[in-house]
Amino acid sequence: MNKPLGWLRRNFVVIAGLGTLAYLILPNVVVTVFSFNNPAGRFNYAWQEFSLDAWKDPCGVADLCGSLSLSLQIAFWATIGATVLGTAIAFALVRYRFRARGAVNSLIFLPMAMPEIVMAASLLALFLNMGIQLGFWTILIAHVMFCLSFVVAAVKARVLSMDPRLEEAARDLYAGPVQTFLRVTLPIAAPGIAAGALLSFALSFDDFIITNFNSGNTVTFPMFVWGSAQRGTPVQINVIGTAMFVIAVLVVLAGQWVGNRRKKAQPK
Amino acid sequence: MTDKTASGDVRLAGISKHYGSFTAVHPLDLTIPQGSFFALLGASGCGKTTTLRMIAGLEEPSTGTVSLGDREVTHLPPYKRPVNTVFQSYALFPHLSIYENIAFGLRRRGIKSVKKQVDDMLELVQLGQFAQRKPHQLSGGQQQRVAVARALINHPQVLLLDEPLGALDLKLRRQMQLELKRIQTEVGITFVHVTHDQEEAMTMADTVAVMNGGRVEQLGAPAELYENPRTTFVANFLGTSNLIEASVESAGTDVVVSASGTTLRLPGQRCSTTPRAGGKLLVGVRPEKISLVHADEEHTVAAGRNKIAGRIADSSFIGVSTQYVIDSRVCPELEVYAQNIERDARLVPGAEVVLHWNPEHTFGLDAAMDIDAGVETVEESA
Repeated sequence: MNKPLGWLRRNFVVIAGLGTLAYLILPNVVVTVFSFNNPAGRFNYAWQEFSLDAWKDPCGVADLCGSLSLSLQIAFWATIGATVLGTAIAFALVRYRFRARGAVNSLIFLPMAMPEIVMAASLLALFLNMGIQLGFWTILIAHVMFCLSFVVAAVKARVLSMDPRLEEAARDLYAGPVQTFLRVTLPIAAPGIAAGALLSFALSFDDFIITNFNSGNTVTFPMFVWGSAQRGTPVQINVIGTAMFVIAVLVVLAGQWVGNRRKKAQPK
Repeated sequence: MTDKTASGDVRLAGISKHYGSFTAVHPLDLTIPQGSFFALLGASGCGKTTTLRMIAGLEEPSTGTVSLGDREVTHLPPYKRPVNTVFQSYALFPHLSIYENIAFGLRRRGIKSVKKQVDDMLELVQLGQFAQRKPHQLSGGQQQRVAVARALINHPQVLLLDEPLGALDLKLRRQMQLELKRIQTEVGITFVHVTHDQEEAMTMADTVAVMNGGRVEQLGAPAELYENPRTTFVANFLGTSNLIEASVESAGTDVVVSASGTTLRLPGQRCSTTPRAGGKLLVGVRPEKISLVHADEEHTVAAGRNKIAGRIADSSFIGVSTQYVIDSRVCPELEVYAQNIERDARLVPGAEVVLHWNPEHTFGLDAAMDIDAGVETVEESA
């Protein structure tokens, strides 16, 4: 009677951890499993039989790979734009005292707090009033905007924890302002900048609401998935989803492997 | 410039630093001779670090000039000054190896072949086998040595040390004091060392400037400062002093004073002010100069010595010596340090005793000064 209860108590943390992991990973498992399905109708919601057809021809559905490539391009440029601007803003907010600093400090996080649908609608109103043609550029501008606050948050935390003496030491050791920034400030802030960039890429790549409002005739990958779900869901969508998941996991594992190897190379 | 100035002296002329209405450093003139080990000593907030940072170029003085030898560097940025700093927190670059940390200054000056110099420097600070490690993998003492090596490799005209031993434990600190002194003798570069630890300043430096409230209180060789403090702050901050309020009976080459009916003598030249008969004087004596005998042995005390009768209030045995606190009419708490050579078993708390010392070891200070200046700060930092 007491024995199983004791066992449960000792292993509670492990069980809770495994449960959470299962909860997180189950949707991905379903996506992966159904990427090997051969559905009977147009909808890929019921398991029929195992098939590799979709994996052999991921671009077999009209417009899918075009929208995927467009999403990747937008995510790439939005990441670059948001990371460069966000890093500069974060440094300015931490290092310099200027007029309206307090206002910028709180307003910069507005896109995080504001309902996405509201931002989407107001951006559309703005673009229409300014007479800007909706498409690639309006999507990009919108994405840079909402990614910005995440980059600022990530970089700011890193810069705040950075000892200002390090830069003084660099200047003391004959590094001018540019060298100090490139050799000391930037490398130390890099983890924060990288985190902001990764977050931006992920956010931009799968954004639907804001993109849908501001895209005009342009179709990104999330919009393609949404659109095709009205008429039927091709298995290729699951193939792309699975591939993205696997790539992300591989990137994380590679990062950890490199980190561990670096630690092992320099024993205490 | 002037013939008085050697080529490599650090000269501060009237430099001061204000932050808004707060004055961190009052206008200050200071010449640090080339090749000397100079200490700026004071409690936290006394302006010593600000002074150091103005020499480094990390702070711009509000007034005055900084010169290195014949060259005025007041407005030069730090990366253009032949001066390097060892920071309090070491400020080692966490993303670079020890080797690259030390090579940093050389590389920034465009020197290509750094290996020989870096290896020599690693040798000097005995860290050869740690070259490829990252700073966080070293102990505090090792990081400290890297910080010294990283600065010294540039052969600066002046090496600035900002409380470099503050983060180390006592034993390691003693060891590093000797180490730094050895390195300074070896390389012959001017060291300017900022510290709040009076023992550290006295052990290491040739010249000590005691700072208080943004001003230099007194400057001199450690022994000179210790034996002849000119202010109550220096008397109390540097070691311990017994300060007795007394009124002057007669002044001259020998000054005679009386405190609560006890007559004391001191040489006129050891007074920081000119004593006047009928005026007040603070009479000081260091605890280790005082001898202690039991009241029954008073007849053994030679004539001509200063004598005070009292009662032992407290005694603490600390191995090499015993520290007594004596309660007397003259002064409620006189400190006496007695070497434990032949201990008189009667000298226990409650015993009546006579304190006596050579009048030559007595100094006189201006009675207008705060008798407790510098006392609390010592306790704080200890």
